[in-house]
Amino acid sequence: MAQYDTLDHDVLIIGAGGAGLRAAIEAASMGARVGVVCKSLLGKAHTVMAEGGVAAAMANVDDRDNWRVHFADTMRGGQYLNNWRMAELHAKEAPARVRELEAWGALFDRTPDGRILQRNFGGHRYPRLAHVGDRTGLEMIRTLQDHGIHRGLDVYMECTVVRLLKDGDRVAGAFGYDRERGRFRLWRAKAVVLATGGIGKSFRITSNSWEYTGDGHALAYDAGAELVDMEFVQFHPTGMVWPPSVRGLLVTEGVRGEGGILLNREGRRFMFDDIPENYRAQTADNEEEGWRYVIGDKTARRPPELLTRDHVARSIVREVREGRGSPHGGVFLDIAWIKRRLPNAPEHIRKKLPSMYHQFKELADIDITAQPMEVGPTTHYMMGGVRVDGDSQMSTVPGLFAAGEVAAGLHGANRLGGNSLSDLLVFGKRAGEFAARFAQERPAVRVDEREADAAIHEALAPFERPSNGAHGPYQIQDELQDFMQDLVGIVRNEADMRRALERIDRLRGEASRVAVSGHREYNPGWHTALDLRCMLIVSEAITRAALERKESRGAQFREDFPEKDPEYARFNIVVRKGSDGRMELDRRPIPALPAELAAVIEEMK
Amino acid sequence: MVSEVLKPDLAEPGRVQEKAPPDRKPEPTGRATFKIWRGDATRGELVAYTTHVSEGMVVLDAIHQIQAEQANDLAVRWNCKAGKCGSCSAEVNGMPKLMCMTRLSDLDLTKPVTVEPMRAFPPLRDLVTDVSWNFEVKRSIAPFTPRPPDAPDGTWRMAQSDVDRVQEFRKCIECYLCQDVCHVLRDHQMHDRFIGPRFLVYAAALEMHPLDVADRVPALKEKHGIGYCNITKCCTAVCPENITITDNAIIPLKERVVDEYFDPIGRLVKIFSRKSVR
Ligand SMILES: Cc1cc2nc3c(=O)[nH]c(=O)nc-3n(C[C@H](O)[C@H](O)[C@H](O)COP(=O)(O)OP(=O)(O)OC[C@H]3O[C@@H](n4cnc5c(N)ncnc54)[C@H](O)[C@@H]3O)c2cc1C
Ligand code: SF4
Ligand code: SF4
Ligand code: FES
Repeated sequence: MAQYDTLDHDVLIIGAGGAGLRAAIEAASMGARVGVVCKSLLGKAHTVMAEGGVAAAMANVDDRDNWRVHFADTMRGGQYLNNWRMAELHAKEAPARVRELEAWGALFDRTPDGRILQRNFGGHRYPRLAHVGDRTGLEMIRTLQDHGIHRGLDVYMECTVVRLLKDGDRVAGAFGYDRERGRFRLWRAKAVVLATGGIGKSFRITSNSWEYTGDGHALAYDAGAELVDMEFVQFHPTGMVWPPSVRGLLVTEGVRGEGGILLNREGRRFMFDDIPENYRAQTADNEEEGWRYVIGDKTARRPPELLTRDHVARSIVREVREGRGSPHGGVFLDIAWIKRRLPNAPEHIRKKLPSMYHQFKELADIDITAQPMEVGPTTHYMMGGVRVDGDSQMSTVPGLFAAGEVAAGLHGANRLGGNSLSDLLVFGKRAGEFAARFAQERPAVRVDEREADAAIHEALAPFERPSNGAHGPYQIQDELQDFMQDLVGIVRNEADMRRALERIDRLRGEASRVAVSGHREYNPGWHTALDLRCMLIVSEAITRAALERKESRGAQFREDFPEKDPEYARFNIVVRKGSDGRMELDRRPIPALPAELAAVIEEMK
Repeated sequence: MVSEVLKPDLAEPGRVQEKAPPDRKPEPTGRATFKIWRGDATRGELVAYTTHVSEGMVVLDAIHQIQAEQANDLAVRWNCKAGKCGSCSAEVNGMPKLMCMTRLSDLDLTKPVTVEPMRAFPPLRDLVTDVSWNFEVKRSIAPFTPRPPDAPDGTWRMAQSDVDRVQEFRKCIECYLCQDVCHVLRDHQMHDRFIGPRFLVYAAALEMHPLDVADRVPALKEKHGIGYCNITKCCTAVCPENITITDNAIIPLKERVVDEYFDPIGRLVKIFSRKSVR
């Protein structure tokens, strides 16, 4: 049997995005010996790509803002399926977490009086997103990385965890391989924090990278933890649609925050056509008011382009389906028009949206200061994930914590833009703190060597199988992405999803026979073969949960049940592995809001 | 309501083509040959692959296509595919480039396109190099050390004009293309004496940070070897983030070194004024 190294830590963090790094810094500050594992090089995790900003009610731009407004906005955006405790903690703690970044060297854009500037974003009542142009994620991950490397962390770059280890009920560490050389590693740890991010690679059109194969979701599921809200996949309304090679690449909501408008091929600003009831009071009903909002008039209401993402994405799908789309199957997003309102608009756009300017110029030959962009929905973010305790971020498996995109609860049925970066900071810190505390209080763990042997056997099996030509790992991945996109995408129905389940089942068979060739050193074919398992688990969980929720709410739209059903507002759908190895579903009642929080929601209606 | 904005201009020759079924994979428009360096730490060679080309493709797309269809084990780093993460650095036709931002339409496809790993770092596999040295170097630079907060609530006040300059440096995506092209590292292999342009930019970002009070000048002169840079500006020329590495970062740092070592009194005055005026 192949050899492996064993490494010991108090707390093992899987993932080095914003959530993982923030957790690592916190755990280390409490004296824990911390290991951090990540699939890419340090500083390359998804967080680096975040553009628009980090939401925190600091009230630097509009002094009417405070945690209660942020809380109410988050709950409204999530259609009240959120874990309200997380929404409360998040709204209260985000400002301190953002200021802390400044103390660690981050340089956000400034207000005229020298404080952190905040911008408008969909679903946020006041300008709330601290930002650095449109490269906020880079600023955030670099700040955490540069702070973290002086905190005595052991970082294992380019390593992939393939299984969590247990000691009885408790988590006991993780097992994986290093991508560079294909050697195996066993990390023994008293507490493990999952911070592995999302699942977008299960869909064909996505803003997500190769890393987003839902590993953390699958690892937790296999270890016996509960997943929740898996039906809620966020399709961001504005991804690039042309040229084909960049299809899905994100166009930040910041474009709309700075005044960008959506037009169909007839030049109609179609977002005014359908404004949902629960947002009507907050939404501008004419262009003039919308523009005044953009330039900071406090008496004006938000333009309808800044409605929540689920709604904007569906409005775009409607325009395209009814034949009013742009030439490549999207709609137009126009920021250039602001030159009619601002004297130096091109310069302003380049300053506020530099990487969007660059991205369109370089990849699509479009000058966004002069021409409209073509955009359409793209798979962007996973609201669902590991079910955790709101305060500590511990999952239903003792010692297993989760934070960031892999955890669920904060966002409910739909996430507001900017609420992810703040989520990473608030709950990354909490997960690190509680994991370190858990490790301090518990005795050492034992790991069963047979588990490691089994993991090695499973990992190497693809090399030993005879090649079956056409169905290599990439082909299987492609097929999964294609049918998930078509059958479990933005518009869902029972028949399509039943078909998806059958195909998932069949692909699982093929994945278990997939063969790879070559060596173990940095072999992406092999890595992809191993990722398939996770992608299939996640895809099945999404589909089953979406079938179970026979209504439309937030990110889930069922054409066979197009209305919201109040009955479904009472519970979350929980997914777990049954004792027979099959996926089980459960409707878990949402605990009643404490009177104090209920009052906040009522007051902000 | 119909917008006051004019109807978007759809008549763009060359871009708006026949309406392809939107969700499907693009039709190929031609073929091209890529000579890709394949090998490991000990040896390697250029291997030719021919693949189809479609509109808008970048080099990284071609590599991925070849990987999916002909060479499943072809090693390459990437993440964002949008020039934001700095993972996909390589030498395309001998030029240090981000593969995800290099359009095939900007290359001469009548000849094979060569794609090789960065040469300033040890090869690991195919297009993947061992860049771990960069991470060690970064740790050797004194971390951010802020002055005490300006306001009772623990926050600071900084004008946008004061952060602009440093924000330029903080755009760095750590692609290491500047390290790759710098002759001090690439040709003279002085990795033990010179930290390279990326980390001079990093040091500059810290030194010029409005809140920072640490002094990195002695280290820059001694162990970080700023004197080895002879201002050839090759680094600036390749930076995909358009950071003016030499003029805005390295030269001002060199001036600080000169001030501190050859004009110690002047330097003291400067330190004093820089750190206490605000
Ligand atoms: C283009 C884009 C723009 C966005 N813009 C914004 C924005 O403006 N505001 C906002 O709030 N949110 C935004 N988001 C969302 C936000 O960026 C992400 O949700 C967030 O960064 C996720 O952070 P994370 O720490 O949970 O995970 P990540 O940053 O993705 O990190 C995951 C880490 O886990 C590691 N990992 C995964 N699986 C394994 C495994 N099996 N073994 C070992 N390591 C593993 C990865 O290598 C990586 O280090 C954006 C997202 C995208 C894609
Ligand atoms: S300017 Fe200096 S750092 Fe840049 S490439 Fe030339 S010698 Fe290297
Ligand atoms: S300074 Fe420019 S070239 Fe150098 S690593 Fe940073 S982004 Fe890359
Ligand atoms: S893949 Fe991120 S820069 Fe090219």
